[in-house]
Amino acid sequence: MTALLEVGHLVKDFSAHGSLFRKGPVTRAVDDVTFSIETGETFGLVGESGSGKTTTGRCLLRLIEPTSGEVRFRDENVLAMPPRELRRTRRHLQMVFQDPYSSLDPRMRAGASVAEPLVIHRIGNRQARDARVATLFDLVGLPADAAARYPHEFSGGQRQRIGLARALALEPSLLVLDEPVSALDVSVQAQVVNLLLDLQQRLGLTYLFIAHDLRLVRQICSRVAVMYRGRIVELGPADRLFDAPAHGYTRALLTAIPRLDVTGRLDRVEYDEASFERLPLSEVAAGHWAAV
Amino acid sequence: MTPPAPAPATSQPAHGVAPLLSVEDLTTVFRLADGREAPAVDGVSFTIASGETLGLVGESGSGKSVTALSIVRLVRPPGRITGGRVVIDGHNVFDLDEREMRSIRGRRIGFVFQEPMVALDPVYTIGAQIEETLAVHALARGAAARRRVIELLDAVRIPRPDERADAYPHQLSGGLRQRAMIALALSAEPALVIADEPTTALDVTVQAEILDLLRDMRRAFNLSLLLITHDLGVVAGMADRVAVMYAGRIVEQAPTADVLHAPAHPYTRGLLASMPGARPGTRLEAIAGTVPPIGSLPIGCAFAPRCPRRFEACDERPPITAAAPGHDVRCFLYPGAGA
Ligand SMILES: Nc1ncnc2c1ncn2[C@@H]1O[C@H](COP(=O)(O)OP(=O)(O)OP(=O)(O)O)[C@@H](O)[C@H]1O
Ligand SMILES: Nc1ncnc2c1ncn2[C@@H]1O[C@H](COP(=O)(O)OP(=O)(O)OP(=O)(O)O)[C@@H](O)[C@H]1O
Ligand code: SF4
Ligand SMILES: [Mg+2]
Ligand SMILES: [Mg+2]
Repeated sequence: MTALLEVGHLVKDFSAHGSLFRKGPVTRAVDDVTFSIETGETFGLVGESGSGKTTTGRCLLRLIEPTSGEVRFRDENVLAMPPRELRRTRRHLQMVFQDPYSSLDPRMRAGASVAEPLVIHRIGNRQARDARVATLFDLVGLPADAAARYPHEFSGGQRQRIGLARALALEPSLLVLDEPVSALDVSVQAQVVNLLLDLQQRLGLTYLFIAHDLRLVRQICSRVAVMYRGRIVELGPADRLFDAPAHGYTRALLTAIPRLDVTGRLDRVEYDEASFERLPLSEVAAGHWAAV
Repeated sequence: MTPPAPAPATSQPAHGVAPLLSVEDLTTVFRLADGREAPAVDGVSFTIASGETLGLVGESGSGKSVTALSIVRLVRPPGRITGGRVVIDGHNVFDLDEREMRSIRGRRIGFVFQEPMVALDPVYTIGAQIEETLAVHALARGAAARRRVIELLDAVRIPRPDERADAYPHQLSGGLRQRAMIALALSAEPALVIADEPTTALDVTVQAEILDLLRDMRRAFNLSLLLITHDLGVVAGMADRVAVMYAGRIVEQAPTADVLHAPAHPYTRGLLASMPGARPGTRLEAIAGTVPPIGSLPIGCAFAPRCPRRFEACDERPPITAAAPGHDVRCFLYPGAGA
């Protein structure tokens, strides 16, 4: 396998209450993040709220500009691309957002939402686009007549399918899935997860899967990175990381997962926030890295 | 599988011990846009014994919150309670006047919600809100109230409680806010706490801390707990018994281990099978379809359109029967259900 996407020393600072003349205090949302994603894999990015997962995803697609670092897609430097080239590359990199309720324009029919990326990239004529939309609806398991309906007429799971159809319109090779099923009920979540697995197989997709549900990450990811305060504290094959976590925060995270087979108090490991140090990753086993 | 012999519904407390709370055939309807009324809670019955934790689980829209609100008569139009009884301390709360009801709320039944900002008033400090509750129920005033506030904040393990008492809700992290709400819910020493998705909005590590806290509080205050959640993993570590809701009805009710290890209802089985994490790298067993909105439910078994086991009998409404002693189920697959 080869790396489809390589991220090196990525940094993103936000300055709060910044004004024209005076910079406010700076939040380092992403702090020296390095990882790579191989073609065809599902790479999981987990961590607590505010740890920098979404910001990392948005930086990769340059939906926001990183402060520094490197992003290479198929060995091309995404951050150095002029606008035209960036537009071309973005076709291959798409993002699906968490909230199936707010990620679709409520005044736009589902079909128009899915066709919009084609319109923006001036792909096909009206007829070709309609045909493509029909194919996409079929692909994500929505009835053809759904194209004429508005977002509020769909359930959460159906809206997430529409979001997926839209993201797939330009035939991307990498999808950044930002908590794509977190807002869904578990029975519907399972349907969408299965759809993601099917699509990956049929279309050869690569996923960056952002999630806070570690059970889901274990289910579908081949490799996992754990973020804490903007940094990757551990990265490795999913089975290794779940069975032999090396970082204290990962251990706390894993032992906090509610389990079906446990009654009474869990053997929980707590993580002392004060013990956190900004350490570089070192390889604790083959392909398994931890900031220890 | 050989079905067990017919048995009467048994998910009731042992003979002679009156439960702390008894909900009997509760029905709450909402007026729909087209003017019809449809039940969001449809003939729900359960009991909670003193010191017991009942987990009420179900997916979005199944009627968990409306059940909770109905128990303390906080359902607002377009909803209204149309039937059943809710008995606490031997009184049917539907017979009480509003003044008596107010003393039940807080003093007998405390509430913890998913979103602390709903229960906590943003313009008052945490301490002031707890002192207010203490005053309303004539429990403490002045310096004694202040001492009690600090005791309570300390009990829910808020660090530096004397300083935190003077903090406004927005000045606290999500986890600390949830602790403050638990302190508020416990301030009038209720016998029962209804916790509606108390950890859903929290990170998994904070969720584990809050669940630990609820466990400790349950012991320290000898609380009964109605724990509402959509996560079967959360009830596994917390509840003595579990009631599973689907489309406004309880479809299964039994001791937690029985529900998790020997689920009887096809919906419960589907729910457990669709939970991720068990077999990495494989597809999940999803339940087909979605929950129909209230007002468009089938006449018979509400789960029938999604049920892999449905048969002719399911066009009728299944009664509650026992799948095993102490294990209630609402499904025609079990003898005694009249199929
Ligand atoms: N546009 C912005 N301006 C200022 N700060 C921001 C902005 N976006 C994110 N942040 C901050 O950056 C940090 C990381 O946020 P991010 O949304 O990436 O976290 P996350 O891991 O995706 O969290 P969640 O699980 O809650 O989605 C947070 O402290 C957040 O407040
Ligand atoms: N104010 C309201 N007006 C109309 N219908 C309502 C109202 N409140 C609740 N309902 C309906 O009652 C049903 C039960 O809602 P309830 O809030 O009890 O679900 P829940 O099980 O708590 O779901 P969740 O897990 O999403 O909190 C739903 O179908 C909902 O649409
Ligand atoms: S009553 Fe029939 S449709 Fe309903 S759960 Fe049982 S088998 Fe399925
Ligand atoms: Mg995020
Ligand atoms: Mg609810």
